Amino acid sequence: MEPTTRQFKDNAKEALVDAQLQDALAKLGRGFPLRRLEAAARLPEFEALRDEAREIKNHVLDNLDFYLEAYEAKVVASGGQVHWCKDAEDARRTIAEICQKAGAKTVTKSKSMIGEEISINDYLEDAGITPVETDLGEYIIQLRREPPSHIIAPAIHLSMGQVEETFRESHQDLDPARSLDEPRKLLEEARNKLRTEFLGADVGLTGANMLIAETGSNVLVTNEGNADLTYSLPRVHIVMASLEKIVPTLEDASTILRVLARSATGQDMSVYTTFCTGVRRPEDLDGPDEYHVVLLDNGRSQLIGTEFHEMLRCIRCGACLNHCPVYRSVGGHAYGWVYSGPMGAVLIPGLIGMDEAAELPNASTLCGRCESVCPMRIPLPKMLRAWRQKHYESKRSGALGRWMLGAWAALARRPKLYRRMMGLGVAILGQMGRRHGRFRRLPFAGGWTGGRDLPAPNGDTFVAQWHRGARGDASGDWLRKNPP
Amino acid sequence: MTDARREILGTLRSALNRNQRPPNAARRRLTEHPVNLVPGRGQADPETQVGLFSNEAIRVEATISRIDDMAGVPGAVSKYLVENNLPAEIRVSPSLQGVPWTGQPMLNLTDGIAQGSDSASISRAFGGVAETGTLVFLSGPENPTTLNFVPPIHIAVIAATDIDGDYEAVWARLRAQFGPESADFMPRTVNWITGPSRTADIEQTLLLGAHGPQQLHIIIVDDPET
Repeated sequence: MEPTTRQFKDNAKEALVDAQLQDALAKLGRGFPLRRLEAAARLPEFEALRDEAREIKNHVLDNLDFYLEAYEAKVVASGGQVHWCKDAEDARRTIAEICQKAGAKTVTKSKSMIGEEISINDYLEDAGITPVETDLGEYIIQLRREPPSHIIAPAIHLSMGQVEETFRESHQDLDPARSLDEPRKLLEEARNKLRTEFLGADVGLTGANMLIAETGSNVLVTNEGNADLTYSLPRVHIVMASLEKIVPTLEDASTILRVLARSATGQDMSVYTTFCTGVRRPEDLDGPDEYHVVLLDNGRSQLIGTEFHEMLRCIRCGACLNHCPVYRSVGGHAYGWVYSGPMGAVLIPGLIGMDEAAELPNASTLCGRCESVCPMRIPLPKMLRAWRQKHYESKRSGALGRWMLGAWAALARRPKLYRRMMGLGVAILGQMGRRHGRFRRLPFAGGWTGGRDLPAPNGDTFVAQWHRGARGDASGDWLRKNPP
Repeated sequence: MTDARREILGTLRSALNRNQRPPNAARRRLTEHPVNLVPGRGQADPETQVGLFSNEAIRVEATISRIDDMAGVPGAVSKYLVENNLPAEIRVSPSLQGVPWTGQPMLNLTDGIAQGSDSASISRAFGGVAETGTLVFLSGPENPTTLNFVPPIHIAVIAATDIDGDYEAVWARLRAQFGPESADFMPRTVNWITGPSRTADIEQTLLLGAHGPQQLHIIIVDDPET
């Protein structure tokens, strides 16, 4: 998709006044974090498993070249093929060629972020092939021609009424007087529609939650079972995956699966976890005759060894989105590309370039909740800061912002001057705000006072009070014994 | 495409300083596949594991019945279908065609792979994982994968002795049974199934039976050899 990352601020402003979106986001904020907490509480080893999951992925990234070759050899040995693709265009073309060679008219597709990243649906449509999304949420947004707004809950931004409207518009062959006034009826209608598609599809296109080097398998995790109907019914199975999805062994995959669903939906395990290896065996009664893995780089190999290396541990669970105060205020679409939330704000500049996505790393309060819930312990705030720094150093940020930062830096490097200025400022503001104890409006600080009051300082700066001997009780004792 | 392969691997090797660091630890990991931390939850004696498996499966909306031997399977199937007001028809996986179905003449049986019009299917699980109430199915001529997903009612048969504490124990059994050093101990498809299909994609309302089965009934057989 065409990124609208440059319009982040405008997108965010619109999202903030969209009452229906705000309802959906409030519900998300109440649901996912609580369920994650409950699942973690049921498993005493949860924190230790997060440590292990992190170490597994660190080890993989340190040996990625080795594991990729080992994985490929196993795929070939089980009758499959690996197609190495440098960028989105490579991957799209490869997939379309496989479909054309198979004479495909319809392709069923289970949810894949790589599919979004390479805009595979548009490309297939242009090639005269009909892609059908089969995850319920993805099906809804495909009918609406919208991008997903959440990694694991792509239609989270929509109300039931909007889904009903979409189905009435798209399913014109059905009785217009039918009732669609509850979620169950909407699900039944989609299930019936998609049944026909599953049974008639020529190619099944899936993503992969992991690729296992030991066996050449891809792992698929869903709750609906749509991925399983996607790969088991058509004659050809194509897997789209980026190269950092590799894990060494079945045991390593099992460890990561123990933290994936718990972090994502708060389930102990998703309903369907599937390991596909190669083509159907000679005596099998079902399964695909062809197995292709489209292995996508799209800039990831360039992140190895940089300050964004650790981002490649991400397993796309969505926990950082669910816990981010910014995501929960503006939703996924505001970010303007396929990914969103803290992981999106780090990954998007790495994939489509800092110029395009410079606003995103600023869309964070650096509160640190993302890192504290990330099952792979990715230091997201550190990387958001690294992008900000890179952007500043590239001298492409705005003139006013640069001037303000420069002025602050000049001041911060001269402690005496800094203290004197602060003391002056605090004294003036304290005097001005004496009567009300707070300011409702302040020059140059409209961004702050637009949404809340600024408390008036109460007399003196902390440092000045410290030098006068003012000390807290308990902490004062400790500080006297351990001077800074 | 081979150019892309060379280029990607080249970028990785130079970023990783590969020449100075042969991947010995990685080679060992692939051949030894060490077991990582296994939660204590599933570690218990076999009978406790069967109890835990049942509790966890019920927690995710599966239903359970427990019978003495394989001869009881047809009766348990009939009972389940009648109690749930379901049509008396079922597609039977080849792995279960040896049980005495003749005792249930009212049941309409079909075989082969699943069809869109099927109302129920029955297949045999290779293993069970007590930790999360998860069933493990292997594809093969004895167990077509489509039986696990296409019909709206799925009945699974599992031997109590095939229930283990954790996923790792099932992998170990798979390796032991299908050739530990063989390149192809994996069947085309291994399915872990934890409860019936579900979605929460419409206003975060949880609904069972999205694309896969709406009901998952598990029959635990205590003594599968008799």
